[in-house]
Amino acid sequence: MKLELKGITKSFGSLVANDHIDLVVQPGEIHGLLGENGAGKSTLMNVLYGLYEPSSGEILIDDKAVKFSGPADAMAAGIGMVHQHFMLVPVFTVAENVALGKEATGFAGVLDLEQTRKKIRDISAKYGFDVDPDAVVEDLPVGVQQRVEIIKALVRDARILILDEPTAVLTPQETDELISIMRQLKDSGTSLVFITHKLREIKAIADTITVIRRGKMVGTALPSAATTELAALMVGRSVSLALNKADATPGEETFRVRNLTVMDDAGHRLVDDVSFGVGTGEILAIAGVQGNGQTELTEAVLGLHKHVKGSVTLDGRELVGRNVRQVLDAGVGFVPEDRQIDGLVEHFSIAENLILDLYGKAPFSRGSTLNRAAIARHAEAKVVEFDVRTPSASVPVGTLSGGNQQKVVLARELSRPLKLFIASQPTRGVDVGSIEFLHKRIIAERDKGTPVVIVSTELDEVLELADRIAVLYAGALMGIVPGKSSRSLLGLMMAGLTATEAQAQLDASATTAEGELS
Amino acid sequence: MSTVIKTEPNAFKDQLAVRSWKLPLTFGALALFAILVFAIFGPDGRATFRLSQDGDAWQLPDLVLPAKPVGILAAAGCVALAILSYLQTKLEGRTRRSVSNAFTVLFVLGLLVWIIGGTKSQNITLVGLFTGAMLIITPLVFGSLSGVLCERSGVVNIAIEGQLLAGAFTAALVGSITGNAYAALVAAAAAGVLVSVLLAAFSIKYLVNQIIVGVVLNVLVAGLTGFLFEKIMKIKVQGVTVYNDPPHLPNLPIPLLSDIPMLGPMFFRQSIIGYLMLVLVAVIWFGLFRTRWGLRVRAVGEHPQAADTMGINVNRTRFINVLAGGAVAGVGGAYFTLVAVSSFSKDMTGGLGFIALAALIFGRWNPIGAFLAALLFGVAGNLQSILSLAVTPIDGQFLAMLPYALTILAVSGLVGKSRAPAASGEPYIKG
Repeated sequence: MKLELKGITKSFGSLVANDHIDLVVQPGEIHGLLGENGAGKSTLMNVLYGLYEPSSGEILIDDKAVKFSGPADAMAAGIGMVHQHFMLVPVFTVAENVALGKEATGFAGVLDLEQTRKKIRDISAKYGFDVDPDAVVEDLPVGVQQRVEIIKALVRDARILILDEPTAVLTPQETDELISIMRQLKDSGTSLVFITHKLREIKAIADTITVIRRGKMVGTALPSAATTELAALMVGRSVSLALNKADATPGEETFRVRNLTVMDDAGHRLVDDVSFGVGTGEILAIAGVQGNGQTELTEAVLGLHKHVKGSVTLDGRELVGRNVRQVLDAGVGFVPEDRQIDGLVEHFSIAENLILDLYGKAPFSRGSTLNRAAIARHAEAKVVEFDVRTPSASVPVGTLSGGNQQKVVLARELSRPLKLFIASQPTRGVDVGSIEFLHKRIIAERDKGTPVVIVSTELDEVLELADRIAVLYAGALMGIVPGKSSRSLLGLMMAGLTATEAQAQLDASATTAEGELS
Repeated sequence: MSTVIKTEPNAFKDQLAVRSWKLPLTFGALALFAILVFAIFGPDGRATFRLSQDGDAWQLPDLVLPAKPVGILAAAGCVALAILSYLQTKLEGRTRRSVSNAFTVLFVLGLLVWIIGGTKSQNITLVGLFTGAMLIITPLVFGSLSGVLCERSGVVNIAIEGQLLAGAFTAALVGSITGNAYAALVAAAAAGVLVSVLLAAFSIKYLVNQIIVGVVLNVLVAGLTGFLFEKIMKIKVQGVTVYNDPPHLPNLPIPLLSDIPMLGPMFFRQSIIGYLMLVLVAVIWFGLFRTRWGLRVRAVGEHPQAADTMGINVNRTRFINVLAGGAVAGVGGAYFTLVAVSSFSKDMTGGLGFIALAALIFGRWNPIGAFLAALLFGVAGNLQSILSLAVTPIDGQFLAMLPYALTILAVSGLVGKSRAPAASGEPYIKG
């Protein structure tokens, strides 16, 4: 099936998310759609899937113009979509999720799930998915949930499958498996649209690449194009992808975590007996697939969790059992993983956000009143120092772009003398230009002699920043390896092998081909 | 490439670290109460429970219990179970359900024997207790079914009280004018739907906070029916309030079934509204969990965006469900004026709509669960009104608290966690 988008424009009020985009997906092709976060890729696909109505432009399928008033129309036309945030009802079984919207029924609308189960088993067998139709979705690992999404599309006879950032939640090995699934689908005649901001993956799988920047189509390329060339197209200027960082000179180990266990209210172990240490002037990156205990580990250090066992010491002082204020005062700087929820107060100004943890101290307050002049001076200095692109420091922080918001968070946390710096997902949803800046600041903090802990689910970021890498799986530490370890080693560890097991497996399969993307 | 999947670490040991002492503490306090009140200060007489009414086809013998020995036994049992609960929490991290159930049964038995033994007559007719409870149970069940329909689709319905009241008023008015009880029933359903239209329009279309809309609707209906009651229903023609004289829906006993001891008088000697209640509980349960309609409704209430991407019209589904809920609650309201009593009076629903909301939560958003919760609340409420007539060891005003105390216990999660539909109360905004 051939799909063509002609001059698609979609605007929300004054914001133009898509500006005259033209795109052709040939039958049986894997079409890569490359662009930064917020470039308008997802909006475009939501237009194609009938979730948004385009402001202008048209969609052609096999050279015939079509109009979708909702996802039902798009599905009927043979378009399927695997959303970045899975569209699965967590408390339903796989079969119920697959059946939803296209249920087989008997007398008086009584559900007949047996037909759906059979279809799921057929598709599972054909593509080698291991999916139990009666499993409850919320109990399944994300990789399997993604397959359920693919099954949903295939059951509806999708001939074009859109995958929106499908690798964001996967381990490198799961990514490899997804890529082989995509190849199988392509071979059976399905066209695929693969949306991503990861250059390496798009080069590995796409037949043609379309690049989108700020809602506009800026070019097409072949996967053979150089990485730097694609990056320049995506960002709009040449970027240096490699960070020049000097080797670490780790000093004394001042931050120690010993047998740390964190539990939820029901007694499930979220962090399972984790021990490690970080020296001064060293970056330890914690890698792992989202949801393997990284968030809880950093929150436990900060004093945000109730059920914590074990010990966390900074300069010999115990942090477990102290409240957040005391931990911050002990010299811990903390960048939370979601800046909009935990990092910033959106409706507060930049200046106010910059003193969220310093408001009670001189010179920002005198007695019980705030010193507005000192706060404004502080803000102006930080806006310049951290290159925050804003008309003024008094605008609400929510009006800034993701990258500039993140700079405000970093500026606040780095503006007092630190004995430990923890950053969770420091560059999630941030443009490439800002990533470069943020990374440099983090390395500068390391070079000042602060122990640094970075939590990131992006392997690229981990490899770029880390002096040593710790991998978490199901809350447990799989091992700590040097900063220049191979992706395949890290991938195996992220899937639950200890460092030694993973190394042994790599040595054993050294003769066979390495993973797709290593 | 093969990967080793690690098995989940055994959570058993860890539950020790996060055990909750809520239950053992509550049981301990109640056991102490039992020792003091049931055993030490227990009445010396007997408590007689009459299991049949005069005129029943099958007469069951009365159950006669000596108050003091039973009180001592119940108190001893409660102490033992409280200790068991403490040990289980200490060793296994939580109290087993069987222990909590046994404790509840023993405590309630002790309480009943103590109260009945302390009254002058020293006897209670259990059939009367249960059949009388239907006066509370029926509107409660209709109200909570309305809540099930709305919340399963993702709309919080605080306006149940208003829907019941609107139904009661309209049934009385239309019944008086037409003289036809069935026309009154239909009109009551329509009145409930009318309240729902407002709820749906404001919360689904105009995205007003659903709780606030519900509360405002309750106040609106109470004010409006109160005003019309004063202005219209008090008009007397030849000494009769012609606009507040609705016909009565007759009881239609079902042969054979109505002669079953206990259950017969309770469920099979009812008016058409009572039978409709039983049918609706079954039909809504089956509909929600076994049909295409139910699958879609639940998807809309759990994850509206997922439902939308599967081509289901989220807001239309919600609208229809809220309207259906209004019709159900409206019929429940008609029970007040067509069956329970034969005239409307101001604010006659007396907060049952809010108790229905509690029954909904206690029953875990499940029609059958809500039905059972309503039974419990109804019996507790009726126990109080029966005992307020007898001279009891505790003040009647204090007993009047019972249904509400139960409600607080139910809602506070002491009896297990209940999980609301994930998107309940969240308006769905597309694009």
